[in-house]
Amino acid sequence: MKRRDFLKLAAASAGASSLAGVTGCATTLPAKARVVVIGGGFGGATAAKYIRLWDPSVDVVLVERESSFTSCPISNLVLGGFSSMQEITTGYEGLRRHGVQVVRDEAIAVDAAKRTVRLARGGDIAYERLVVSPGIDFNFGEVQGFEAAMNSGRVLHAWKAGAQTVELRRQLEQMPDGGVYILSIPLAPYRCPPGPYERASMVAAYFRQAKPRSKVLVLDANPDVTSKAGLFKAAWKDLYPGILEYRGNAKAVGVDAASMSVKLEVEDVKGDVLNVVPPHRAGDIALNTGLITSNNRWCDIDWRTMESKKVPGIHVLGDATLSAPGMPKSASMANNHGKIAAAAIVEQLRGRAPVPLQIINTCYSFVSQKEAIRVSSVHQWDAGQGTLVAIKGSGGVSAARSEAEGTYAWNWARTIWADSLA
Amino acid sequence: MRVLFLAAAVATAVPAAAQDVQGRNLAAACAICHGTDGRAVTKDLVPLAGLSKEYIVRQLADFRDGKRPATVMHQIAKGYTDPQIDALAAWFAAQKR
Repeated sequence: MKRRDFLKLAAASAGASSLAGVTGCATTLPAKARVVVIGGGFGGATAAKYIRLWDPSVDVVLVERESSFTSCPISNLVLGGFSSMQEITTGYEGLRRHGVQVVRDEAIAVDAAKRTVRLARGGDIAYERLVVSPGIDFNFGEVQGFEAAMNSGRVLHAWKAGAQTVELRRQLEQMPDGGVYILSIPLAPYRCPPGPYERASMVAAYFRQAKPRSKVLVLDANPDVTSKAGLFKAAWKDLYPGILEYRGNAKAVGVDAASMSVKLEVEDVKGDVLNVVPPHRAGDIALNTGLITSNNRWCDIDWRTMESKKVPGIHVLGDATLSAPGMPKSASMANNHGKIAAAAIVEQLRGRAPVPLQIINTCYSFVSQKEAIRVSSVHQWDAGQGTLVAIKGSGGVSAARSEAEGTYAWNWARTIWADSLA
Repeated sequence: MRVLFLAAAVATAVPAAAQDVQGRNLAAACAICHGTDGRAVTKDLVPLAGLSKEYIVRQLADFRDGKRPATVMHQIAKGYTDPQIDALAAWFAAQKR
């Protein structure tokens, strides 16, 4: 965080708490309604921007621990050598231009009764409504030995784009030709259903070009490819025969960095680069705030407002939510969750009833440097079922992989980055 | 008759603002590919902002009915009713390019 941001914020919270001491809770908020957003990913950034677009009178503070946003979508192309970290990184200046106060810090606790957020560097921020868009954290304990192996740098998940993306690319570049890259996929639900299969394709494309004797071995805990299965399998058969091998029902229960092996329930499999994605759950701040409701993993919310079913006044977005039926944990969905929350909050702050939104999911996956495949769906509030449901007859997948879909995939990426952050 | 006229006036006047918000909310979902308020980010898509309402309505109907070929829009358009298409087309038409 910049020094002056910190001072401004410290002044704001000091003012708020001294006022509170004198006149009580009702005056702890500034004259303008303040919304605090925790997490500047696709969900949180979009919520912050759209609240400002739709009601510029609202004071929006975004708390984000990173200095810039690194996109998971397209990060698999970085692993393949077809994109760069620079290309998938976007700063927060765009949100500042919309009047969002971006604070670089980590939210470490929420007091839902007092409606305050505590920051790691000290100080509390008061809010009228809170948006928590924490992404995922991992249940490391479910893969024995993973956390130690990851901390030693030998085994990576690279399932949050950033330092591990860079390191995994380095390991792939250093691997000798003839080596084996293992990608282990957890049971669904996990972040980005087609993401692992795109990653396998990108690494296979790199091997075919640079290390043709090498292999990609996919160990999937799920019985079969969980998204766009027909399209992925056709691409693998046509483009990467002898390079990419897929095994379903192959759940990793442990890793051993010393022997560089992934432990399945019945056997150990050795590799040269181990990319193990452990099962995940809603991010730590959701856990610490008591927002997790389901299987100790996800946060159930009201899909008309994204408001937590457990803690009033807190809206939860993105991968952290208990997904509605047929809804993937995707960037498109997180972005649209941000819009549902923004629309609801703007109405709620004016004392009006929110109207449910209809939203669109579109997920592109590259299967080679230029060709992509896609899945789309349209989701509508169903009062009878009390959730968002995919509209029957709408949506579907690409007719076939194509360079046209690749062009539209890049359009989607550049556009959703801008829609969320610029 | 006066009562009826009054009722008609109210029916069109009140939903006008609501319709605007409905159009805004529907259009927001399109922004992941078409850009905030239909202002395109790349050259690969035609900007929706400022196109005529009639043109947008026709294109979406043609996508939905399979008259205009598409990679994705034929699948998306099937999720929208005529009144929804009307509302979001009006919103895009009213946006600055």
